Amino acid sequence: MLAKRIIPCLDVRDGRVVKGTRFVNIRDAGDPVERAAFYNSEGADEIVFLDITASVEGRRAIIDVVRKTAEVVFIPLTVGGGIDSTLFMQELLQSGADKVSLNTAALKNPGLLKEGAEQFGSQCIVAAIDACRVDKTVQNDTLKWEVYSHGGRKATGRDLIEWVKEVEDMGAGEILLTSMDADGTLDGYDTEMLAAVTDAVDIPVIASGGAGTLEHLYDALTKGNAHAVLAASILHYGTFTITEIKDYLASKGLPVRPANK
Amino acid sequence: MKELVIVDSGSANLYSIYKACEMVSLNPQISNNPVIIAAAKAVIFPGVGFFDHAAKAMKENKLTDALLKVVADKKPLLGICLGMQLLFSESEESIKTKNVVRGLNAISGKVKRFPAGLPVPHVGWNKAVPVGKHSLFEGLYEDAYFYFTHSYYVLPDQNRYTLALTEYGFPFTSAVADGNLIGVQFHPEKSGPAGLRLLSNFGKIIADQH
Repeated sequence: MLAKRIIPCLDVRDGRVVKGTRFVNIRDAGDPVERAAFYNSEGADEIVFLDITASVEGRRAIIDVVRKTAEVVFIPLTVGGGIDSTLFMQELLQSGADKVSLNTAALKNPGLLKEGAEQFGSQCIVAAIDACRVDKTVQNDTLKWEVYSHGGRKATGRDLIEWVKEVEDMGAGEILLTSMDADGTLDGYDTEMLAAVTDAVDIPVIASGGAGTLEHLYDALTKGNAHAVLAASILHYGTFTITEIKDYLASKGLPVRPANK
Repeated sequence: MKELVIVDSGSANLYSIYKACEMVSLNPQISNNPVIIAAAKAVIFPGVGFFDHAAKAMKENKLTDALLKVVADKKPLLGICLGMQLLFSESEESIKTKNVVRGLNAISGKVKRFPAGLPVPHVGWNKAVPVGKHSLFEGLYEDAYFYFTHSYYVLPDQNRYTLALTEYGFPFTSAVADGNLIGVQFHPEKSGPAGLRLLSNFGKIIADQH
């Protein structure tokens, strides 16, 4: 049976990690390579780098980060942020990334998912989606979510469930789903949104946004039926270690890969 | 010439496998040269992507003959992911496109797509449980997890080729061996400490050749 994955996400700007402070065991908390190696040693199942660099020149730095990480970290690496061509995908994959995640570029041109999947295989292509609840009263009490682009700044008018089906058709191998309502609240994932999405598609869904407690992670993986949870704040600020998370999930009967096995 | 050659068939991410080999003190060379591959002491044959494209490209680049020579000489060969699938005769992936391209046919059996209803690709960490004793899995926990990412799996014609089984809706063959010819469906270069141990075990198999 597939293990439920715990995936730390590192926000990277100009080649440096921008979030998180409480790291006792590493020298330079801003070094993405060292942080990735730290999470790897703790038993992370995968690492996600989200490049939030604004400038095109600055974006070259992420390639160097990926290359150096792949030299010391032997678990899957996913890179997202500003990927808008198959050429850039190729550069990242050749540098040691295993997957690339597309968000705004896929909304502008869904064909890019297809091109990526055809050229590199579906297993390389992750569709990252940011969505927000639509007011219930407007929708006769049925739950709906709207997709946002540009890092959650721009409403697209697209319905989430229609969009997840489309990205699956286009060949995305996974969906990284962020609830904008829950993100940063530490109040828990939007498990209703997760359940609606995992119901609508066959491809694995990674839950993101809202984790504050261990129960939240458990709920996302059970009520929400997510295959994996992305975690940022609770790891970066040292609320829980990956080992604590995995021990908890295992004690509740979920399959997890024990750290360092 | 280096003893261990990683075959560059143009499809795979070779950087990680190269670095993982270095990590366990194997000292590989990456090559797409059929002469170098055929003369190597041992070969790692990675691959991702489509069976069809890869099988065709292998023929065009004369890698098929080089790899068949490695097999015929009974040198250690480790196929990874699509590289393992290409050791087999044929894949449903190419049958689907009515364009039946043969694999190396070094192990008889088929490559099949996971049935509908299972999330595909099968992505993530899963156990590969050895069905018997083999030096490839030496020193590994019986419930060690490995990283998988694939939509097709191999079905050998004979059970004796199966080295390990993985449960995904049903038990499928996730590692095969026929003498020195070895294949794993998962990615040892992405499977943390367990994967590095497996590569190191492959290194021992190479060292044990005379």
